[in-house]
Parts: sequence; structure tokens; C-alpha cells
Amino acid sequence: MTDQAIDRDKLLDIYTRTTKVNRTDERFRELLMQGKIAVMYYCVRGQEVVSASAMAALNDDDYVVCTYRGQGEQTAKGVPMEAYWAECLGKATGTCKGKGGTMHITHPETGVMVTTGVVGSGLPIANGLAMASQNSGDGKVTIVTFGDGAANIGGFHEAMNMAQLYKLPIVFVCINNRYGEHTAYADHTDSVNIASRAEGYGMRSAHVDGTYVEQVYPAIQEAVDRARAGDGPTLVEAMCYRMQGHFFGSDFSYMPPEHIEEMNAEDCMPKLRNYMLEAQFTEAELDAIIADVDGQLDVAVQAALDAPFPDASELRKDVFEEEIAA
Amino acid sequence: MSGTITLTQGLNQAIDEAMAADDTVFCLGEDVAAKQGGGVFKITSGLTEKYGENRIRATPISETAIVGAAVGAALAGHRPICEIMLMNFVGVCMDQIVNHAAKLRFMSGGQTNVPMVLRTTTGVGVGFGGQHSDMLEAWFAHVAGLKIVTASNAADAKGLMRSAIECNDPVIFIENVISYGLTSDDPGKDHRVPLGKAAITREGTDCSIITYGRTVMDALEVAETLEEEGISVEIVDLRTIAPYDEETVLASVRKTGRAVTLHEAVKPYGTGAEMSAKIHEELFNELKAPVQRVGGSFSPVPFVALEQDWIPSKSELADAVRTAVNWKK
Repeated sequence: MTDQAIDRDKLLDIYTRTTKVNRTDERFRELLMQGKIAVMYYCVRGQEVVSASAMAALNDDDYVVCTYRGQGEQTAKGVPMEAYWAECLGKATGTCKGKGGTMHITHPETGVMVTTGVVGSGLPIANGLAMASQNSGDGKVTIVTFGDGAANIGGFHEAMNMAQLYKLPIVFVCINNRYGEHTAYADHTDSVNIASRAEGYGMRSAHVDGTYVEQVYPAIQEAVDRARAGDGPTLVEAMCYRMQGHFFGSDFSYMPPEHIEEMNAEDCMPKLRNYMLEAQFTEAELDAIIADVDGQLDVAVQAALDAPFPDASELRKDVFEEEIAA
Repeated sequence: MSGTITLTQGLNQAIDEAMAADDTVFCLGEDVAAKQGGGVFKITSGLTEKYGENRIRATPISETAIVGAAVGAALAGHRPICEIMLMNFVGVCMDQIVNHAAKLRFMSGGQTNVPMVLRTTTGVGVGFGGQHSDMLEAWFAHVAGLKIVTASNAADAKGLMRSAIECNDPVIFIENVISYGLTSDDPGKDHRVPLGKAAITREGTDCSIITYGRTVMDALEVAETLEEEGISVEIVDLRTIAPYDEETVLASVRKTGRAVTLHEAVKPYGTGAEMSAKIHEELFNELKAPVQRVGGSFSPVPFVALEQDWIPSKSELADAVRTAVNWKK
């Protein structure tokens, strides 16, 4: 039986965000396969529910810091699709005028403050956003997402310790997809899980199965609410899978067959669909959401394909506030 | 506006005045709060009492977290002043400085910017040895998106710090342990020295010495000595090391026809090499001699007995000027 811990409006919201993430990922791979675009893309298939749940737990003006595998957080937080696609294709109409690219999507209007291409570097920066909120009392919460691999870099430890020390309004969401690049979890740490490390900093933690919306959303929402109330940070570890390799086109040979079998059996997308049906949403309602997202994607992708590239003069702009002389 | 201030007081006053004027200015770093004595070099002394522990945040020994927090707060529109106690420790937080602070404005297409100051101190001559003494400005000068500032005197320290805090881009503000006690006439409240503008510290006609920070004082002494030999030296104090004031540097060298670059940092691949190259590119036909460079020895900074052998000496500087002035084409 479905535990109706998540109200229907929120559930629909999460489903819509998840659909955006999933369909964006599908479209990206399709365009790459067809050779219509040729850019770096880090697939998020298998992580959709975690990203969508985390973003659904935030207010529109809350902050997010994510990584190069951040499509899920970016689209689920609301980065406009046209600007997203244009940036991914390096176009002048992109979020970052085509100067950031797939690994550096930034959109402060929707709270997406930094997408870092350096594993683990987002956590210390996210602390700073939360520190600004704490100093000014603006009531915002910051979520920073990262993978299990990032939990082994020094910045993770420094940031966790500092966030707890100051009781910053921040939630650390470890999207544990069981691989850091090509290295399996068990080959990069002996920690029983990442969440257990929080105890060492005196920080609250939660360890959940991120393929189930009914586990991951309430855990992150509670963490966000606590952070907003001034009760300090939480480390939420959401277990999931990276179903399409490290980046688009990379091989799977390092993944044992039983892992691939498990990952396909535990796919978060059919699980969410079933959960929605159990919650009395109809197939037609859900299909309509998918069709709507696909329609938006058609428009956004075409607009991005048609958009101009940035002018070379952009190299002299945004290095500093003042333009560099030619 | 009367009396004198030390360089330490100049920095403290600039930060104090900026914090009073703007609630988003705050400090973070190791030992900076009142509980820890207001910083190892007392730059933030007395400020916790005025502004509280959120705005003078004593941090754990976590340089990556310190600089990262400054970057994040700056993205949110605050103006953090973070302190990396000694310049060599930037080695443990370079990613935050060069991949994030420096690049986020550009990579976001100008949607975000990082108005932070990274204060750090260093200097040869106090016996700190190989890991607490290096001048590493060239590391940062090689990265687009960072401004690098240092002061040669107390009044400039105050004025440059205030401008650095108000700058909308990240500024690496380098202090020198030996210079903290230097005194200047009190420049008064709200003193500002613009970034990117060099100062002609001494006018002369025969040779330009281009330098910054502590070695400006050496250059002044050497200029007096050479004056007795009939050599007229002009001194350009860059104040902003990068991006530097090319216009003032080139104008000075165009006038004197000769240049010596001087810095405490090691000579190879130093900022002097960049300026020398620029001068040769722009003024080759007007030069009366090739640009001479003076800098630290290309070895790790040694412990006390060898420190003065390592550091660029005044006699070496004087010889470099004489070489330029006596050059026969």
C-alpha cells in the first residue's frame, strides 16, 4: 500500500520535475546519438527522482550548488529550457552567453548559483551562500549536491565541519550513484556509507533509497525545514544508480553484470510511475505531463539549434567588471 | 586628520570603516576574532566587539572551506574579506581561488560575480623558512579574473584595502610581515587609493625602477645612493600588481629610456619578466639599455643564516641600475 506522506500537489510537482529531468536526459542522448550535437554531457539517468525531490523541497529563491552531472538539479529547479539548451550548445542566448557550457550552467534567477566541474568544490562554496543567508537573515536555504566520489576530497570534510560548527542553513545531498568515475564505491572507501561520516562532525544525517520518492523527498524536506528553522545542516545520502556511464559514450565494461542487472531492476522511473498510479493519478494525466514536457523540449532544442554563437569579443567581457581593451 | 598610522592600523581602519558603511562586509579566517586575539597580526583587532562573531568569523584551519565560503558569500552579494594566514597556505586552496573565484564571472556570462578580498601575508627576512615566506603573486597574475594588490606604505595600505573591499571582482591582497610597522601620515577617514593605478614614488630621469610592496623602500634607499653618483632614478610603485598600470610604467620608461624590475619573489618567471617583455615589445627602439631584472634567488627560502643571501639586495639593485645606465650599444 502507498504511504500517503506526500500530499498530492507536491507529488504532482515532483512528478513533473522528474519528467523534465528524465526527458531532458533522453533528448540529450538522442541528439548526441544522431550526431546533431557534439558536446560533453554527463547523463543523469537513474538519479532523476533524487534531483527532483531535492528541488521540490526548496523555495523558488533558495540556492543550489551542483556539479557537472547537474542537469537534474538545474532543470528541476526551473532553469528555463530554452536558455538551458542554448547554453549546452554554446549559443549566445544561453544562460551564460555560451561561455560556461554544459559543466557550468548558472542561473541566479532560479537560484542555480554554481555548477562546478571540479569534484567536491561545490560544498565549501555552498557554505558561503548559507553564511550570507545566516548573516543577513534572509531565510534562504542552500542545497549542495555531489556524488559519493566527492565525499573523499578534502573540501567535503572541511565544509561539513564548518557548516556544523556555524549551524549553517544548508543541506548536503550526496547522490550516491555507487561509482566515482569508473571506480566502484567499495573500491574508493571502506566507510559503511557516506551518511555515517556526519556523526564525526556532530551533524545530523539520513540515509535513504533515492529510487523511492516516498523515502527521499520526506528526508530532504525535513532537512530543509530544519535548516530554515535554524536547526543546522543535515547530510542526506540518497542511494541511486548511474545508468548511462560516467559521460555520454563512455563504456560500461568496468561494471559487473550483476550490478547492471540490479540497476535496471531498481530503475527509479517505473517506481515513481507506479507510486503515482497508486496515489490515484491516471495514466492519461501522467502521459499528458510527459507530452507537455516533450513539446517544450521540441521548442527549446530547435531554438537553441537556430541561435547564434557568441561573438569573439565576449572573450574580453566578464573577465572583470570592466571590459578588457582590445 | 593628524599624526601617523602604522600599516597594521591602516588595514584595520579600512576594514572597520568598510564594515561600518556596509552590512555585507564581513571577515573570516583563522584566529581573526576577539577570542583568538584579533588575528595573528592584529589586523582585525577590536572589530569583533563592534560587529559580532558572525561578521568576524574565526574559522577552523580549513583554507579550502574559508576561501570557498568567501566565494559563496560573494556570489550572494556580500563582500567577504577572508584571510589565509600565510601566503604559502594558498597551496591548499588554489582550486577555490583559480577555478572558482577567478572564473565564475566569466563562466556565468556575467550573471554572477565574486566581490571578495583574500588577505594574506608573507615575506622573507623574519626567519620563517621555506614554507612561510614566499611571494607568490606570479602564480595568481597568470590567472585571468584576479586582481593582485600590495601596499608599500601605511597610507596606501588603508586606501588600497578600502578599494579592494569595494571592488566587484576578487582581489588577492598581499601583506608583508616586515612592513606592518611602517608608518605614514594619517590619510584620514574613507581614504581610497584606486586599483590599477601605479604611483610615481620618486621622480628621476635616467632609469626607472619598477617595483611594489616592501621593496619600494629598498628602491628609495638605492635611489638616494645613486643620486650621489649622479644617477637620477625614478621609482614606479605598481600598487596593483595585476592587471598592472601599463600606461604609467611605459610612460616612465619612455622618459628615462631604461628600466629595472625589482621584486622579492624569485626572478625566473616572475612579474618582472612579464613587464620586461612588455617594455621590450612596446619601446624597443627607444630603450637605451635592455631591461634588467632583480629578484629573489631561485631556491626555496632558507632559514635565518642564509636569508639575506637569498633576498634581492640593495647592492644588487644598485648594480642593475648602473648596468643599465652604463650600457653601451
